[in-house]
Amino acid sequence: MVAEFFFRLHAEQPILLGLIRCLFVLVAILSLVPPLIWWERRLLSWMQDRIGPNRSGTITFPDNFPVKGLASKKIRTFGLIQPLLDGVKLFLKEDITPNAVDRKIYFIAPALALFPAFALGATLPWGPNYGLYGILTPIADVEIGILYVLAISSLGAYGIVLAGYASNNKYSLMGGLRASAQLISYELAMAMSVACIIMAVGSMKLTQVVAIQEDALWGAVPFLQNWFIFTPFGFIAAIIFLIALIAETNRAPFDLPEAENELIAGYHTEYSSMKFAVFFMGEYAAMFIFSGVFATLFLGGYNILPVNWGWMAENLGWGQGLWRALEGANYWLAPIVFLGKCFAGITFFVWLRATLPRLRYDQLMNLGWKSLLPLSVANFIVVGLWVIMTKMYGVMGGWIAVLAAFGILTVLYLNLVKIARTSPPMEKRTVTLVNPTSERRSVTMVDAKPQETPQA
Amino acid sequence: MTLNQIAFLVMGAAALFGAVGVVFFRSPVRAALSLVINFFVLGLIYFMLGSQMLGISQIMVYAGAIMVLFLFVVMMLRDDGKTDKPQTQEGKFLVGLVASLAIAALTYVAVISPTMNYTGEKFNRIYGTPQSIGTVLFTQYVWPFEVISILLLVGIVGSIMLAKRKF
Amino acid sequence: MLSHLIPLASVFDDVPLGWFLTLSLLMFTLGGLGVMIRRNPVVVFMCIELMLNAVNLSFLSFAAYPSPVVGDPNQAAMSGQMMVIFVMAIAAAEVAVGLGIIMAIFRQKNEVDVDEMSTLRG
Repeated sequence: MVAEFFFRLHAEQPILLGLIRCLFVLVAILSLVPPLIWWERRLLSWMQDRIGPNRSGTITFPDNFPVKGLASKKIRTFGLIQPLLDGVKLFLKEDITPNAVDRKIYFIAPALALFPAFALGATLPWGPNYGLYGILTPIADVEIGILYVLAISSLGAYGIVLAGYASNNKYSLMGGLRASAQLISYELAMAMSVACIIMAVGSMKLTQVVAIQEDALWGAVPFLQNWFIFTPFGFIAAIIFLIALIAETNRAPFDLPEAENELIAGYHTEYSSMKFAVFFMGEYAAMFIFSGVFATLFLGGYNILPVNWGWMAENLGWGQGLWRALEGANYWLAPIVFLGKCFAGITFFVWLRATLPRLRYDQLMNLGWKSLLPLSVANFIVVGLWVIMTKMYGVMGGWIAVLAAFGILTVLYLNLVKIARTSPPMEKRTVTLVNPTSERRSVTMVDAKPQETPQA
Repeated sequence: MTLNQIAFLVMGAAALFGAVGVVFFRSPVRAALSLVINFFVLGLIYFMLGSQMLGISQIMVYAGAIMVLFLFVVMMLRDDGKTDKPQTQEGKFLVGLVASLAIAALTYVAVISPTMNYTGEKFNRIYGTPQSIGTVLFTQYVWPFEVISILLLVGIVGSIMLAKRKF
Repeated sequence: MLSHLIPLASVFDDVPLGWFLTLSLLMFTLGGLGVMIRRNPVVVFMCIELMLNAVNLSFLSFAAYPSPVVGDPNQAAMSGQMMVIFVMAIAAAEVAVGLGIIMAIFRQKNEVDVDEMSTLRG
């Protein structure tokens, strides 16, 4: 049996098994990137009311085809092999290296961009931590799992920054500078929201994070699971983390480093052929893995539904066989469910790309520093309060404290906003529209509050 | 030669390559890049030494944050490295080389040579986990910790002051 | 529960302390040399960071190899790591301020070269 084989490997050749664990993650990423690209293009074209790639891979059999049923038939694949053909095209294209580039850094940069995307998956558990999956996942169940994710994702800036620098092109350099500023700004909010989760869990092990999320919901509803997105502070942390991770992966609406109408293609303007493909792949792999990180931290990891099947089988008087079967399904389907959550994350990315326009640079910085960072710090304090109150007064005390704290913070925030609104008077501009055919009118443009139109 | 020793030699060579690159690469960007290599490998060496928490902080703080800041500033200064040649031809280089070699030789003889064969007391070296570091940091070292946090605050205020156009 | 966490410390007992210290020494020496021979203040700064990291490495290696002279090995290990944490925090603050100063000088004079910066006037 397969399971016995892996258990024997675990006992006899742990290093070999470690390599196999790496292989699982790498093969998953490498083989899923082309379908992801296809999925994004199809979904985006559907959302933008166009057709998208649907032709390649259609096989038309001739009328005199010997097999009876197939003659003059078309087999459609909905453009599924389009990314494959794109890959072939990129391989066969001429690889242009401009003369003025800093050659060594120019060649290193794509590799540096790809590295974090692959290395990020090392601590993610894609299956339960016992039984067969317990020895297959994660690659390394270290005490510093979440910090590892943050550290490796912070290395993602180098590929982009160095590509921008080495290209010796003003637009590329602008893209690189934008990318580094953006990554530094949003990393803070991301780290603070992750710190909330670390504090609530009391451990940085990602397997532990998932295990805590399998406890009773809010400590009170034992047949449901306590996914962090269902808790008040977890929900806020999830939103902050999601926004920060879109910024970290340079996706729309935060794709300023590669804003095509401002910077041509940003940092990869000068890259062609395979080197461009490597950047492209790195971006998609990073999206994929970051979706996995989000699922692990907030969406209960590999669990299908937030329901504790095991508890139901033990404590409900009826349907034991059904609950046990569902528990088994939850165990064995774990990798597929995890992949499904990653795909859901990617779908969300595509949806955002089709919906939101790109931010301006000052809006990006304001959002990161003035909104997300204070919000995540406030959230962090609330989590600390929750931990202390739960230890002192039990579960109910903790939640009452959290709700009270959120109420106080909201009131404070609203008052602060009122102060900010009232203090500086907005600029008033009067524009006189001259139209010789009709009577003269003048329009006052007031930003703060409407005023009566002055007489002409 | 055991596996661990080979691993250390490989990492040490990479770290040294980075260190040499910082000093002798003409272009500041290359110097910064080799410093990133050095810091990253140092993080791995900290893992070897058993302090996982500090290894990952090394990668996160130095390789991930500080060096990005350095690269950012190097690019803002628009310095292509044409002007900055390591001054290997001048008298300063000779003096520097002799001085640093002298310090290195003295330290080696006085401190390091007795430890070349010392592989340590065998004790349970599980001390690098976040839990153990946090416990000690917030009990025994809480006063220095608070002082450091004030220092960081002063640093933030100071850098904002410096970044303002007029002061 | 099956855990495949390899205790990082237990596999690692046969590299002598001196090797780590030698690496630390070489890094420190190179950093010092760089401070003396480079002219770009940013690179000088990097060399200082290199020296700080060399010191960190030696702190951590002494923490991992407690000598029989010091009392409690756990105490020695923790104090070494604490020093490294404080050095890291100070280095971060130093970089923020130092790079700010370099940028301010660059805005004033449109050039940065430590050999040219010989006046005290802004």
